[in-house]
Amino acid sequence: MDFRSSYFYSVFWKSFRRNRFALAGGVVVAVLFAVSLLAPIITPRDPAAINAYQVLLPPSASHWMGTDELGRDVFSRVIFGTRISLYVGFVAVGIAMAIGTLVGLVSGFYGGWFDSILMRFVDIMLCFPTFFLILAMIALLEPSIWIIMLVIGVTSWMGVARLVRAEVLSIKERDYIMAARSIGASDIRIIFRHILPNAAAPMLVAATLGVGGAILTESALSFLGIGVQPPTPSWGNILTSGKDYLEFAWWLSLFPGLAILVTVLAYNLLGEGIRDALDPRLHR
Amino acid sequence: MITYLAKRILMLIPLLFGITLITFAVIHLAPGEPVDMQISMSPKVSAEARQRIREFYGLDKPLHVQYVQWLGRMARLDFGRSFAPDNRPVTDKIAERIPITLSLNIVALILEFGLALPIGILAAVRRDTLLDKGITVFVFVGFAVPTFWLALLLMYFFGVKLGWLPISGIHSLGSDRLGPAAWFLDMMKHLVLPIGVMTFGSLAGLSRYMRSSMLEVIRQDYITTARAKGLPERTVILRHALRNALLPVITFLGFSLPGLIGGSVIFETIFAIPGMGQLFYQGVMMRDYPLIMGILVIGAFLTLIGNLLADICYSIADPRIRHGRT
Amino acid sequence: MRRWFRALLVLALAAPFLAACDGSAKPPSHLSRGPGKPACGDTLVEGTIGEPSNLIPILASDSASFDVAALVYNGLLKYDKNMNLVGDLAQSWEVSPDGLVITFHLRRGVKWHDGGDFTSRDVLYTYRVTIDPKTPTAYAEDFKQIKKAETPDPHTFRVTYGRPFAPALASWGMPILPAHLLEGKDITKSPLSRNPVGTGPYRFKEWIAGQKVVLESFHTYFEGRPFIDRYVYRIIPDPSTMYMELKAGGLDMMSLTPVQYKRQTETPEFTSRFNKYRYPSSTYVYLGYNLRNPLFTDKRVRRAITSAISKDEIIQGALLGMGQAAHGPYKPGAWQYNSTVKDFGFNPEKARTLLAEAGWKRGSDGMLVKDGRPFRFTVLTNQGNEQRLKTAQIIQQRLKKIGIDVKIRVLEWSSFITHFIDKRNFEAVILAWTITQDPDIYDVWHSTKTGPKELNFINFRNAEVDRLLEEGRRTFDREKRKKCYYRIQEILVEEQPYTFLYVPDALPVVSARFRGIEPAPAGISYNFIRWYVPKEEQVYK
Repeated sequence: MDFRSSYFYSVFWKSFRRNRFALAGGVVVAVLFAVSLLAPIITPRDPAAINAYQVLLPPSASHWMGTDELGRDVFSRVIFGTRISLYVGFVAVGIAMAIGTLVGLVSGFYGGWFDSILMRFVDIMLCFPTFFLILAMIALLEPSIWIIMLVIGVTSWMGVARLVRAEVLSIKERDYIMAARSIGASDIRIIFRHILPNAAAPMLVAATLGVGGAILTESALSFLGIGVQPPTPSWGNILTSGKDYLEFAWWLSLFPGLAILVTVLAYNLLGEGIRDALDPRLHR
Repeated sequence: MITYLAKRILMLIPLLFGITLITFAVIHLAPGEPVDMQISMSPKVSAEARQRIREFYGLDKPLHVQYVQWLGRMARLDFGRSFAPDNRPVTDKIAERIPITLSLNIVALILEFGLALPIGILAAVRRDTLLDKGITVFVFVGFAVPTFWLALLLMYFFGVKLGWLPISGIHSLGSDRLGPAAWFLDMMKHLVLPIGVMTFGSLAGLSRYMRSSMLEVIRQDYITTARAKGLPERTVILRHALRNALLPVITFLGFSLPGLIGGSVIFETIFAIPGMGQLFYQGVMMRDYPLIMGILVIGAFLTLIGNLLADICYSIADPRIRHGRT
Repeated sequence: MRRWFRALLVLALAAPFLAACDGSAKPPSHLSRGPGKPACGDTLVEGTIGEPSNLIPILASDSASFDVAALVYNGLLKYDKNMNLVGDLAQSWEVSPDGLVITFHLRRGVKWHDGGDFTSRDVLYTYRVTIDPKTPTAYAEDFKQIKKAETPDPHTFRVTYGRPFAPALASWGMPILPAHLLEGKDITKSPLSRNPVGTGPYRFKEWIAGQKVVLESFHTYFEGRPFIDRYVYRIIPDPSTMYMELKAGGLDMMSLTPVQYKRQTETPEFTSRFNKYRYPSSTYVYLGYNLRNPLFTDKRVRRAITSAISKDEIIQGALLGMGQAAHGPYKPGAWQYNSTVKDFGFNPEKARTLLAEAGWKRGSDGMLVKDGRPFRFTVLTNQGNEQRLKTAQIIQQRLKKIGIDVKIRVLEWSSFITHFIDKRNFEAVILAWTITQDPDIYDVWHSTKTGPKELNFINFRNAEVDRLLEEGRRTFDREKRKKCYYRIQEILVEEQPYTFLYVPDALPVVSARFRGIEPAPAGISYNFIRWYVPKEEQVYK
């Protein structure tokens, strides 16, 4: 199965299209992208604009999702939160993919001594409760959006590394790699030309699932007060400010809560769909 | 088998070493010296006392020497005293909280396996039916909903509105005067919500894993053969397919282990359950270095042991592992 | 949140649970007018977000520890409901005409919870261990003014000060520790820090880590047996959970947030089950500037920031109106409060002018620039206080409008103090001070108190304030002191080393089954031992 062939795409698409959940997930993700790109145009108000005299107003024609505890427009905040949450998700996953790919490639391609050390390192990292590591690093450094993305990335690359390594091991011994090597292709060339494109599919799945996970992690950090800091709105910190008013200002928690739920769900369904579509054994 | 075991146990040594190294590195990320904390908590401590503490923690030495000294103390199970104002030994603080977290998470883990495995099997057997789809959405919603939000909503609904369940803590006041049965029932009532939410959130991973493992097995030749022989479908699935599909699940158990110790900061905070998660969170926010290091090392170490046990179980269950294929 | 230094002692005194009545078993007559008959029994369950750290009060610095200690220990003196100093463990006391010698006549027959006799030896021990340089306490300063302490007999304690010291009497509200259990031992390793023994109305029963601290009434308490049999502090780290616990009946008492007070507890269902109280708290919240930072050395800049901030807006937005604007370090209405002093009010135009005078020009993006550097700083505040975070956000927005870029960082209390305040590693902070009953604010404003870990952490230095502070604490003459502190308030308004923000209201809520609560200037808990639940309404056996 070559990731680059048009045959691959047609098979993939045929299978993917049949999966309604995956399609729905894909549509939601596409809409989220559009929303976060267009956020400044869609939002009626400055998401950071405080109005101390209009706090916790219920949804109305002027505030579609009501106002928060400082009189800010919840609709504008949720829309801008889309941007921040996706941003956190993508950068964190990007970092994890970069580290994981590098470790997995090097480990799988060169093998031996190098491989044992790197894989033991992966084992060690997997022994720590991930959320504890994240908490410790963020609290000891500083809860800025950059640190959050970095720390989530740095603590979630191990799965990717194992996955890439396994792919590399299975591809390495194939004939066309041998052939490339025999005609004197460099390691770099073999890695980028032949191995990476083949490993790309499972990586894509891992990345899709990872974005959802990172969004959830950010909201958990926000709950503990060390997520994205004000005045920047993230779904996690809007939801956290809403949790104190669950009963009478339901709008403040309902909208960001649903946003997280739907988004993470969409990423998971999309990821699963891609995985199923990529698995040739499932095609009947 | 003995050689396999010996090999595995020998492997622990470099891993343990790595765990301490990473813990040490994480702590030294922070700007400033750990000792400043201790001193500052006690504003009137003299310069000489400061020097004493510096020496105790070896902070006047280069980093690698500090590390070796720290290792030495840990080998003697001396994790030092907490930097918090209570100044208690770190081991005491961990010891009084670890049972709660462990038992809570083990119950949740048992529930998770008890629910997720049948769900996963069902989804695989009824692949692409409405049931499969319903299960898919259900378990993914559990994963995708922010846990603290769901927990608070349920707490409000069952605790405040309906008054069926207690809100927080693990015992009612005065439960110590109840009989053992009533006492246990009281505790169970307190744990319904936290364990329920915890389990709901974790169904997705395992049930999906089970589902694909089952699908894989069902496609194998021997299943086709069994079917061809005219065995009833039920027998085929339960006798032949299930046993083989369950095997990889043992690996999954290994992955769940760190969660036994660290998975519950949020739940413990919301439900006021005095466990390790809460302790670690407070320690981290206060920069209580001995406590952070102690919990990280002990947590990772326990996971390591757990992984070893899981591997041994696996090798017993699947003889292929013992011979050659490590 | 936390009270520092003598501030902390005042916490014990401002929330005194002991009424000044004798130990008769009969309730005072005025109570019988209330509904229900006073009866012993029942339990009060209070929610606390933080777990106490250490129940030896001189070693603790968190309010959770001090709340518990206030029921377990007594001082020599305490404040009554009208905030006058009255005897507690001291039956009476005399001050020598020159103000240098105080003789305390101790109450006789007072027992420690373990049965030992309370004597002057305990007082002497408490004094000695507090000033012992090996004791890691933040509360030694007042006691270092003492030249000589002696115990002529077991029921007399005498201290001699080197120079007149006006806050001397107030400082003896400090909880007295049991010498017979502590003397000759290392106090930092004492089991009493988790199992305290005091003389107070409640004795320690158990502390289950992370869950609860349980106290039981001390039947032979010298002011009589308290009505409520048990006092339980439940540790509930999440405020939303705590509020639900209250509504579900798992808690009897907690502090409400302004939003809860105004918007969530107005239903008949709630008001029939709970009584809410509201009175000005003894704290003021301020925005403090690090005066070592070149950004804030210019007085015009500080005045500009104050002008750009609307205190009304903050009180509306963060407190829903439940507080009053602060213009100085004292509580409105106190004798030392100078009501003629007001700062300049909300005036962004004036702020812009002042900043322009100070050399700050508007850049192309509308933000202020001077010598190529933008006007940018970080405000630090502590975790767990929603009002302060809201205040910070409102200030952030207001300052942005005049071209100042503010970042907010929320920090856990102890790491905030040790890593940022004590190391002077901050630009601006939003914090609060407890307003002490005695107007002496030497430790916060005197230029000699700017050393490491001392309380003048913003590095305020003003020769006239120094002189006035010195004068104010060396005389007992109230009129003379008033003059000093009036003038200090004028200077502080002129200098704006802090932007004084607000005095928030305290908003406690108590289950309606508790009777005998009489709100007074000291709050509600000063007469806790006189609270009761009529027999038929008691919940806990």
